[in-house]
This record gives sequence, structure tokens and C-alpha cells, in this order.
Amino acid sequence: MAELTRDDVAHLAGLARIDLSEAELDRMVGELGVILTSVAQVQQADTDGIEPMSHPMPITNVTRPDEVRPSLTADEALSGAPESELQRFSVPRILDED
Amino acid sequence: MTNTTTDLTRATAAQLADLLAAGQVSSVEVTQAHLDRTTAVDEQVHAYLHVAGQSALAEAAEIDRRRAAGEPLHRLAGVPIAVKDVMTTVGMPTTCGSKMLEGWIPPYDATVVAQIKAAGLPILGKVNMDEFAMGSSTEHSAYGPTRNPWDLERIPGGSGGGSSAVVASFQAPLATGTDTGGSIRQPAAVTGSVGTKPTYGGVSRYGLVALASSLDQAGPCARTVLDTALLHEVMGGHDPRDSTSIDAPVPAVVEAAQRADIKGMKIGIVKELTGEGYQAGVSARFEESLQLLVDAGAEIVEVSCPNFRYALAAYYLILPSEASSNLAKFDAMRYGLRVPPTGIDHPSAEQVMAASRDAGFGDEVKRRIILGTYALSSGYYDAYYGTAQKVRRLIANDFDRAFETADVLVSPTAPTTAFRLGEQLDDPMAMYLNDVATIPANLAGVPGMSLPSGLADEDGLPTGLQILAPAMQDQSLYSVGAALEAALTDRWGGPLLDRAPDLTAKGA
Amino acid sequence: MTTTVDEVLPYDEALAAFDPVMGLEVHVELGTNTKMFCGCATTFGAEPNTQVCPVCLGLPGALPVVNAMGVESAIRIGLALNCEIATWCRFARKNYFYPDMPKNFQTSQYDEPIAFNGYLDVEVPGEHGEEPWTYRVEIERAHMEEDTGKSLHVGGSTGRIHGAEYSLVDYNRAGIPLIEIVTKPLTGAGERAPQVARAYVAALRDLLKALDVSDVKMEQGSMRCDVNLSLRPKAGEPTSPEQAAVPLGTRSETKNVNSLRSVERAVRFEICRHAAVLSNGGSIVQETRHFHEDTGATTSGRIKSDADDYRYFPEPDLVPVAPSREWVEELRATLPENPAEHRRRLQTEWGYSDLEMRDVLNAGALDLIERTVAAGASAQSARKWWLGEPSRRANTEALELVAYADQVGLTPAYVAELQSMVDAKRLNDKMARQVLEGVLDGEGAPTAVADARGLELVQDDGALEAAVAKVIEGNPDVADKIRDGKVQAAGALIGQVMKEMKGQADAGKARELILSTLGEG
Repeated sequence: MAELTRDDVAHLAGLARIDLSEAELDRMVGELGVILTSVAQVQQADTDGIEPMSHPMPITNVTRPDEVRPSLTADEALSGAPESELQRFSVPRILDED
Repeated sequence: MTNTTTDLTRATAAQLADLLAAGQVSSVEVTQAHLDRTTAVDEQVHAYLHVAGQSALAEAAEIDRRRAAGEPLHRLAGVPIAVKDVMTTVGMPTTCGSKMLEGWIPPYDATVVAQIKAAGLPILGKVNMDEFAMGSSTEHSAYGPTRNPWDLERIPGGSGGGSSAVVASFQAPLATGTDTGGSIRQPAAVTGSVGTKPTYGGVSRYGLVALASSLDQAGPCARTVLDTALLHEVMGGHDPRDSTSIDAPVPAVVEAAQRADIKGMKIGIVKELTGEGYQAGVSARFEESLQLLVDAGAEIVEVSCPNFRYALAAYYLILPSEASSNLAKFDAMRYGLRVPPTGIDHPSAEQVMAASRDAGFGDEVKRRIILGTYALSSGYYDAYYGTAQKVRRLIANDFDRAFETADVLVSPTAPTTAFRLGEQLDDPMAMYLNDVATIPANLAGVPGMSLPSGLADEDGLPTGLQILAPAMQDQSLYSVGAALEAALTDRWGGPLLDRAPDLTAKGA
Repeated sequence: MTTTVDEVLPYDEALAAFDPVMGLEVHVELGTNTKMFCGCATTFGAEPNTQVCPVCLGLPGALPVVNAMGVESAIRIGLALNCEIATWCRFARKNYFYPDMPKNFQTSQYDEPIAFNGYLDVEVPGEHGEEPWTYRVEIERAHMEEDTGKSLHVGGSTGRIHGAEYSLVDYNRAGIPLIEIVTKPLTGAGERAPQVARAYVAALRDLLKALDVSDVKMEQGSMRCDVNLSLRPKAGEPTSPEQAAVPLGTRSETKNVNSLRSVERAVRFEICRHAAVLSNGGSIVQETRHFHEDTGATTSGRIKSDADDYRYFPEPDLVPVAPSREWVEELRATLPENPAEHRRRLQTEWGYSDLEMRDVLNAGALDLIERTVAAGASAQSARKWWLGEPSRRANTEALELVAYADQVGLTPAYVAELQSMVDAKRLNDKMARQVLEGVLDGEGAPTAVADARGLELVQDDGALEAAVAKVIEGNPDVADKIRDGKVQAAGALIGQVMKEMKGQADAGKARELILSTLGEG
């Protein structure tokens, strides 16, 4: 059975960039615990020697020719932007370069 | 005029198409009739998030003009349709039922939407759904739940409750849906309507806001099997913008629906999808339907799919994993809600992202994102996501074996009839169990349909029967569906939905 | 943010105690017409956010489709690096949040790269009399991925990320195809590790250029290098059993080192820095570091932590890539001559000595000379011109010769034009050098510079004859010596004739005329 602590959930929320409130964290620990117990049932299946299946259809090699297609206009691209400036998306200060 | 209006909304898409082709009615009249119906009933049902009356009427007028000019038109040209709010639409908001995308107007059309427009179906508006298609009741919509036309205190299914309710309440003859684990079929079952999840790759996913990319599939919703087939044909086909799209013609679904021939067909009952856990009325209607299929010339066989018992668990690992990644793009930088964190001066991008995602996503979405983040994280990947993908293979193998003995498989679509609003809202696992019979098809990529099988004796609410076919054999769904629909309609003495309450009479 | 100055150990001392282990990760932007997963153009320097679409902007609902040329280029690169080519591989999502990455995951490849297990033999030039050395760089993998957008940092000081008030993002670059080429840990280079690193990146650049898959302009960021470095105690003399048991030390990852010279300097600096830390009993922090061109030092970036949990999983929106063996062999047949073999062939064709060839390679002038020869110049004259003033100036400005030539607009065609003017006796050597300086100063093509500066050999024999006559008349003693057969004395007269002609005369012709006038011709 999988145990998920409050710290674990806080850590996962950080990875997922969700600023959960304390109350949300408290609630989610319990809910996720129940769900995890249930989904952990996959481990009871006999999966020895079974290939994982990432795609439902066995299609391969789908490509497109290297031909330019029309882009959006800058106005269209920026139409949903919360803020923009100098034809660019304006975002809050970035902490560090990756 | 009021009578005509009522009649037009009661007509099937196929009947409307015939009336339009014969010049007995105009698309503007048909479209206006449905808009009027929406004005009359949608305050109660709340199927629509956005009604696009003006543009729908303009498109209808254009189709009327083209028809008058003698231009060749698609069979469904002029028949109005409602679009699930998960599909991008130029000039109409696309919110996915989320605060995160409130007011977002996409600069491009989903391929499905483009095909609908090309076929000349006026789009009436965008219909409600569980936020980002996560749910089985539409209660997770940030804009309030849609209600079941059979009983306004009950859920219309989900995530596509807007699509099922809009057709079941006669506000539109057709609607688009998407089905990741049952979001077309379960709503159809609990509203007495029809819906198909095509073979994965049969309908383009381009422009469908992704929930779980390897499970999502768009499909048609309607009140009859034939109408569903007609819309299936419009929506389906290869799309070079979707790498997972099948490069083959759409299966001959309309022809199959019209022939409704199941003589000699072997219909398999999946042992694991019947019996325990199913409401008595659901099981009773299912058994009766089997007898009607036998009467129509089919042979019933029993098949076993032992790994289906792990399907729900595998699904609730694969879906949240893919969703956690698909929903990462909602970060308040390029579009959508941007909320500054409270109590922080001059916040960083990182802090604004985290605050916006907390404010913009509802509880269910956050739960699944966290769950998916966990299932993919280093150290847990093999135990959860990796194992779930192996189980997925086992389930696909089970289908392969079952289809060696049966042409199609059948089961009840959902274990119960529509439950009451709020009944399962605080119990995620109970909510998840609604999809236990529909999920295997999404995992394996095979097509599935739900159609009404009657009303449960204990609550008088609709029950649904699910048909599953091998990949790319979608037409088999329509053969069986149309045959069963004919037999049931005959028995009922008319369409099941005729028995649904007349919403306009309420309070009058 | 405070920047601490790191202690460093002198290079010799560092190498006396430790062996460097390097890992080089090179990102190459492919020169495809369109992006990796959508049909947007890839033109460098376009107006911001004009080469974007729903796919590369990460708009809800958009889906990627693989650029066939991206796969082809990746396979050709893999083959040129002597790699095995996967029979079946998938893309994967690398999940992390960053504002210049529209989907907040990078579509990349994880445990199934398209090419793997290769090598590149690199010729490390000899220095201080050392023999040139061939070092085999083992290639771990080459895989396909996509680039990110670019941010402009506003406010704070000088556009830097730290202290900026906000940032402006342009997504034109987002989705441009990248090939990441990763070496296995490179050991045994010892004190020549910095040169090995530089030579490898240079060889890779030449190879990619020969493959015609990228413009490999490091200064424009179309080729970027990350330098991973760790030290381990010198073999045979572990200072403790624990130390001996640890095969590799903790590594640092210096990101985006963007010139050949910087690669060499970054390796050298990190060796000295690691050695100082380890010698003082400290331990190396696993972190990313930034290299600074001005100081030649690296500074601490981001500490690697479990936040670097990228949650890779197979990209469900893309189907597997399964290149047929027939196709791979077809692509193998299109591979150009290996650059090392190419160099050997050119040396023979051009008749360069080993020393001349080494100078050419060290100056990074091979390609320029090849193109100059193709434009009609002789191999010797092309070498002379490129290794002269342009190389000197490039060195002063700390630029690669290619980058410098690009910057000032000196093309191989111009050099060939200059030489043809010398060959046609329109210019003498001295005038030609002046014309070249004019070109380097941005005055235009050689012909234009010569015209503008009035530099042209006087072709009028009458003027030359008159000058010769005048000089002979003014120097009867010298003239007599020449008449007596002391031909070498003509030199003094030639100088005077040239002075009379204000330099605009052909010295050879002047000499001929002097001798013939004095009966010695």
C-alpha cells in the first residue's frame, strides 16, 4: 500500500506548480491516499514479460514534408496574452536561467 | 408557428436533412427553432456555456442561399449542432469548463469544427462539460452543473453532460463529444440518447484540448443511431495535423445504420462487465436487449476479459499522468487566467504560475494533476505508470482474444442510472466507478457506442447498452445499434425520449 | 545575488593531482526550413512572434507532427558519428516549467535516442612542439528535440536575468529542431583535456557543416556546448580507499559555452576550480554553472536538486519513429567525405607542408581557403591572405576567424578578387595589403576600395621609363656598378624608382627596365 505524506503532496504540488493552500493540502492527502490505494491494484496484475503500451494504435513513421506553412500573425499569437509589450509576451521576472 | 417550432426540434437530424433538401423548411427556421427551445429550457438544463445565435443564423442563411442557388451541399448542411466546449472555435470562447480559460477565444478551429463548418452545419454554441473533461457528472464544471432533462435534480453524465443534455432536451439534434474514459457513452446512457466513441485515431484530435492524449477520442452525440452515424461521417477521417490519426477512409457507418443487419452476427457478453455492481433495472433492461438481438438473428456468446478488473486502476494512472503534462501549458504566461499571489511583492513568474494554477483549476483537476505528477515521478514511474501501461497491453490482448469469438461485445454502459447532483461529489472513487464499463475501450483504442435500452423499473430513468467493436470496425456498432434501436422503438411504440418530461410545461 | 570569486589551483598543480573527466553535450539547431513539429519558418532574426502557430505556441488543442527532414538530418548526423541507428524509437516529454517553453514540457527523446554508440576521431593539434594527437571521442547518443523561445529581460541592470523586473518572450525560436549530441565520459586526455574539448567541438562543427545540416554558428547560438567536468585522483595513487572506490567525482555542468576558445577556457577553469575545492578537502556541488567570456571564469548557477524530476514519459501525441534499414543505407550513401580525410586530400592538392597545414587549421581557415581557391585563387595566395591581417585582427578581437570575417564582410570571393588584381598587376603586394585593410575597415569590395583609395599600379610604361632614366642619371656610381655586372646593386635603384612612382609601380617591371637600360637585361 502506498503511503503519501503531507510533505509528499506539498512536494508534488511544487513540481506541478500549484500553490495549494494549507486546507487543500490537508484534504488532498486523504483523498489521494484512497485513490492511490485503489490504483495500486495494477501491481496485482501478472505483467511479467509484457511490453508496456504507450499508443493504442500500432502506427509508426508519421511525418510531414519540410515545407513552410503560414504562421499566425503576431496579433493573433498575442491575442490571448495576459500582458504583452513590444510584440512579445510579457511575463513576470524569471528566477533563473535553466 | 409554435407547433412547427416544437416539431422541428423533435425531428431527427436525418428528418431535418430531408425537409431541408426538399425545400419544406429553411435552415434559418430550423436553427431559430432550436435557439427558441434553448431560450425556453436552458435556464433549467444549463447545457450551454455560450450560445452563438447570431453566427448560427448567419451560417443558416448562407446555407439557405447556397441551396437556393442550386449548389451541391452536404446531406447535413443546414442542420444545427452544438459543440462541446473542449473543441477550439474561432470567434467563440473555448473554456473547457474551467476558470483557467474563461473568455479565451482561440485563433484557430479544431479540425472537427472545421469539418462541421465545411459541411455547413450551423454551430448553435458551446456546451458544458466537467472541467477539462475530468468527471462523470458535469458537476466539476467551473460554470455550474448541467442538469438531466429526465430529472433536473440529477446529473446528465460527464464529462459530456452538456452534449447529452442538449440533444436529450431537444435544444439541438446533434452535438459533438469527446470520450477519454466514457465521456460520450456514459452521458448518453443516463439521458436516453446515443453516443459513439470511434476507434482511436478515427476522428482528428487536432484542436481538442487534450485531457489524456492516448485515450481521448472525439465522437458524435445524437438521439438516434442513424443521426449519430451521419455526424460520425462528418467528424471522421484522416487529418495530417494529428500524427495518431488513422490514414484510412471513415468506416461505412451510415450504410451500416441504414441496413441494421445483424443476422448471423456473434455478440459477446463480457463476463466481467455484468452482474455484481450493476443496478437491478440496468441489468434487467440489458437482458431484455440481448433477447431482442437474438430475435433479430444474432447469436449470443460469453467471453471473458480477466484483466478488465485492473482497467479502472490502470486508467486512473495513465490519465492523470498524461493530463498532468497536458495541463502544464496552463501557466498564465501566454493565455488564460493570471492571478498574482497574495502577500508577495513583485512576484516571480514561478510564483504567478503557481498562484494562477491554484486559482484557475478546480479540485478534481488539481487532484488528478498531483496524482499524475506522482505516478510519473522518478522512483515511482515503474511501479505506477510503467505497470499501468503493461496492464493496458493486457487489456488490449483480452479484447483481441474476445474478438476471436465474437464480432462485437456488449455490456451495460454504466452501472447505474443518473445519480443525484452532489451525491458523489465528495467521493472521487465512487465517481470514478461510473466509468468501469467504458474505460477498457479507451485503453485499447477500440470503438464503442451507447444507446438507450429502456427505463429502470426502480427509478424510471434511462439505462444504456454499450456495444464494443474491434478497432476500425466502427460500422459494426451501427449495425447492432440500429437493429436494437428498431426492435426497442417498436416495443416502446416510439422513441424513448418521447417519455422525457416536457420541460416547457414546468411551472407553466 | 552575490557572486563569489572561486579559488583556483594553478593548472600544473591541478593536473599533478587529478585526472579530468569530461562530458560534452552539444546542441545543434538544424537548418531545416520549418520547425521540428510544425510548419512555421525558422528564419533567424524575424520580427518577434511572427513565426509561431498554435503548435509551437503550445495553444490548447494543438498537436505536433514530426518534420521528416529533422529525422533525416538526425540519422545522417548519427551515421557520420559512426553511431548505430535505432530500428524503433519514441519521442518523450521532459516535463518542467519555464516561461520560454510554451507547453512546459520539451518534446525530446529519453531512453530511446535515434542514434547511439558512436565515435568521432579528433585530431588534437600539437602545441609547444608536441606531436598532433588523434583522440577518439566516444559518442553516447544523438537525439532529436526542440528549442525554446527567447526572453528579453527588462529593468534591473543591462538586460540580465538577475534583478530584471519582468521579461518579454518571443517564441520564434520555440520548436526549432535541435540535435543533442552527448559524449561518453572522456578520460585519459590529461593536461590536454581543454584542447581535446576544443578540437572535438571544432571537428563536430566541421562535420555538421560538411553534412549541410546546420549553419553551426556558435556566435548566433545555432551550436551550443555544455561542458560537464569532474576530477578524479590521479590513477595509481588514491589518497584513501574511499577515494579509490569512487570512479568519478561529482560533476559540474557549465551551460552554453559559445565559442571554441571558450570551450577550451571553460574546461581549463573548471579543472583549476575543482582541484582547488578538492585539495582543500571540500566537495564539488552538483550544479549548473555559467561561463563568462570576459573573465574566463565560471560562476555558480542553479543547484541540481530533486526538482529536476523531469517525469519523462513517451510522447503520446507522436507515433514511434522506425527508420527502415534501406532508408538508413540510402542516407549513408549521401554522407560527405569525412572532414579529416577531406583535410588530408586538400593538403595534398594544395601542396601545403605539415607546418602550413597546421597553421591553417589552428587559424580555423581551412574552409575559407577552400572557398577562396574555389573562387579562383591559388592555394598559397589564399593561405597567405587569410593567415595575415584577418587572422591577426580576429585574434585581437577574440573571435573565430570565420566569425570575424563574417562580421566585417570579408568573403572568400573578395580575397580571390584581391589576388586576381595582384596577378593582373593592377596592385603590388603592398598596395594589395592596403586594399585588404580597406575591406576589413568596411569600405567595400577590393575593386571599390582600390578605386576609392586611388590604388592602382601605373601601367604607363612611359612614366616608368622616365623615372628609371631619372634615377640612373642621379646615381651614376650605382649605374656603373650594374654595368660592371653587379646586378644586385639594382635593388637600391628600384627603391628610388618606386619612390618616384609613389609606390604605384610594379617593382619587377622596374628592375627589368633598369637592367635592360644598363645593358644587363
